Amino acid sequence: MSAEVLLEVEHLSIAFPTETGLARTVEDVSFVLHAGETLGIVGESGSGKSMTAMAIMGILPKSAIVTGSIRLRGRELLGLSDDELREVRGRRIAIVFQDALAALNPVMTVGDQLVEAVRVHRPDLSAAEHRARAVELLALVGIPSPEQRMARYPHEFSGGMRQRVMIGMSIANEPELLIADEATTALDVTVQAQILDVLREVQARTGTTVMLITHDLGVVAGSADRVLVMYSGGVVESAPVEPIFYDTAHPYTAGLLASLPRLDRRSRDERLFQIPGQPPLPTAWPAGCRFAPRCRHAIAGRCDVAVPAAVEVGAGHTAACVRIGEWQEEAR
Amino acid sequence: MFTFIIRRVLYSIPVILVASFVLFWAVRSTFDPLAKLRQAHDPSVIQREIERLGLDRSIVEQYFLWLKAFVTGDWGTSSRTGSPVFQLIGEALWPTAQLAFWGLLVAVVIAGAVSVYSAVRRYSLGDNLLTGASYLGIAMPAFWFGLILIQTFAVWPKEQFGLAEPPLYFVGLHSPGESGFNLDYLRHLVLPVAALMIALVATWSRFGRAAMLDALSSDYVRTARAKGVPRRQIIWRHAVRNSLAPFVTVVALDAAVLIGGLVVTEQIFAIPGMGRLFLDSLVAGDVFVLLPWMIVVAIAVVICNLLADIGYALLDPRVRLR
Repeated sequence: MSAEVLLEVEHLSIAFPTETGLARTVEDVSFVLHAGETLGIVGESGSGKSMTAMAIMGILPKSAIVTGSIRLRGRELLGLSDDELREVRGRRIAIVFQDALAALNPVMTVGDQLVEAVRVHRPDLSAAEHRARAVELLALVGIPSPEQRMARYPHEFSGGMRQRVMIGMSIANEPELLIADEATTALDVTVQAQILDVLREVQARTGTTVMLITHDLGVVAGSADRVLVMYSGGVVESAPVEPIFYDTAHPYTAGLLASLPRLDRRSRDERLFQIPGQPPLPTAWPAGCRFAPRCRHAIAGRCDVAVPAAVEVGAGHTAACVRIGEWQEEAR
Repeated sequence: MFTFIIRRVLYSIPVILVASFVLFWAVRSTFDPLAKLRQAHDPSVIQREIERLGLDRSIVEQYFLWLKAFVTGDWGTSSRTGSPVFQLIGEALWPTAQLAFWGLLVAVVIAGAVSVYSAVRRYSLGDNLLTGASYLGIAMPAFWFGLILIQTFAVWPKEQFGLAEPPLYFVGLHSPGESGFNLDYLRHLVLPVAALMIALVATWSRFGRAAMLDALSSDYVRTARAKGVPRRQIIWRHAVRNSLAPFVTVVALDAAVLIGGLVVTEQIFAIPGMGRLFLDSLVAGDVFVLLPWMIVVAIAVVICNLLADIGYALLDPRVRLR
């Protein structure tokens, strides 16, 4: 990958003090985003993918203890003041949240919220220009008769249309990085496909870099260039999109793939595969590999000793497992 | 929006009618309007009164007879003072309305400010102090607080500094010979309004704080932060505007209770309002005043509910659909 580096995340850790001890939600996460690419971040609920996104945006709750480094084109974002971060938020990095109904202000018209997104970063423009830009954004994300829709409230839109509004709002200032945090999760499959199309169009048009956070490997397969698989606050596998599916190097990724419903493989009455057990509580992580307690291939004395380091297994493909090569043999 | 308001207004009319019938029935079956006449030992007087009030007819007929007179402004005469009830209530309503208006206005402003401050600076020293003060405000009986106020701001400074008159008055709403909105009026208003609003501020600020905290932790506030909206705008444009609707509802409903519930404040500060009229009439068994009094308060309650509904709909577009 020769493209220039847009975002570097290094040794990012996020923890919250709780009554039962420190809750570690993200631990030692590092990755690089190149300008123009689409990075998929996959993991189940609580794996730390949204926390990572919020850390990049600088919108974590105040109680969060964040260490490490997040650099946007070489500029450190961690430790910036709220005012300095406001220049970044919504302008250079924007985010689309999961539940658009909750994420949009219920008592403000869609138009007012779009105008606000433009105005905050372009106070030099006139009110008419703000409005014109807002209408343009609605049209851009495929909302019919945008002029009339400006005066409507979020609850008067369908789920897909609301998510389009969210996307329109996020690209108001043509950010360099667009984070879609489970942006399609709450939608029907058909609407989901439309929203992904909108995201792709936006990317093709503006050349923005996209970080696609999802628990749905199907979404990643269709849209991402590279994939980061997260589990219990850590990155377990990172690779270009094809090797993730065809040359899986981590047992957790394999488990995720096996739990996808497939038309071609399974007979009608066979139950869907599921990974046994639950992820560890963020206040009580096991020693060693955090996936080991649920892993079919875990061996006492090897997997429960230290957190496995990421090992290079192919071009741009790393996995954090001490039994790479061995577990694949067992699985056969 | 216009049809919404019209519909709500029309809904209120049957509510008032049903409430008035229930009140009428309850009063007729518990109070004897002839009690005073019974001592006269003159059956013809009683008979005449029975016919005038239609007491020999069914309760429903009596009600409609009474209702017809009521809506035409014929509210009868007080058995206590002998003056027309319409005039009595009208005279009592005015001071109460003034007191309620100023009390609500000041309470809303203070409670609103406290709510925003406490929510934005949650768990700060100021928030904790205000929380403590509000529990005190809720727990303190209004009459006791009123007396403390009189002692502290009227009696004590007058004696301490040898003033000709106290800095703040505590009898009535005007000095003899004075009227209108002037300094004299304000000096009369401060203490009763303070006594009246303390409990309101205490409860409303608790409620407003919770509503604000709710809004501040919402997804749309997170979105606003992600958009790069400055903190001040997030608080006022997003959080306050969203917590306004539930706040206004509570205020409007409490306001309704206030109209009838100024009894204690009016008693302490010798204000000839609705509360005093009710107490005096109750003690005298003046059923001719009590019934219209309750109807008027019932109408005030219905109007406040109506305003709460309309206010909520104005502030929250999602309600207008229903």
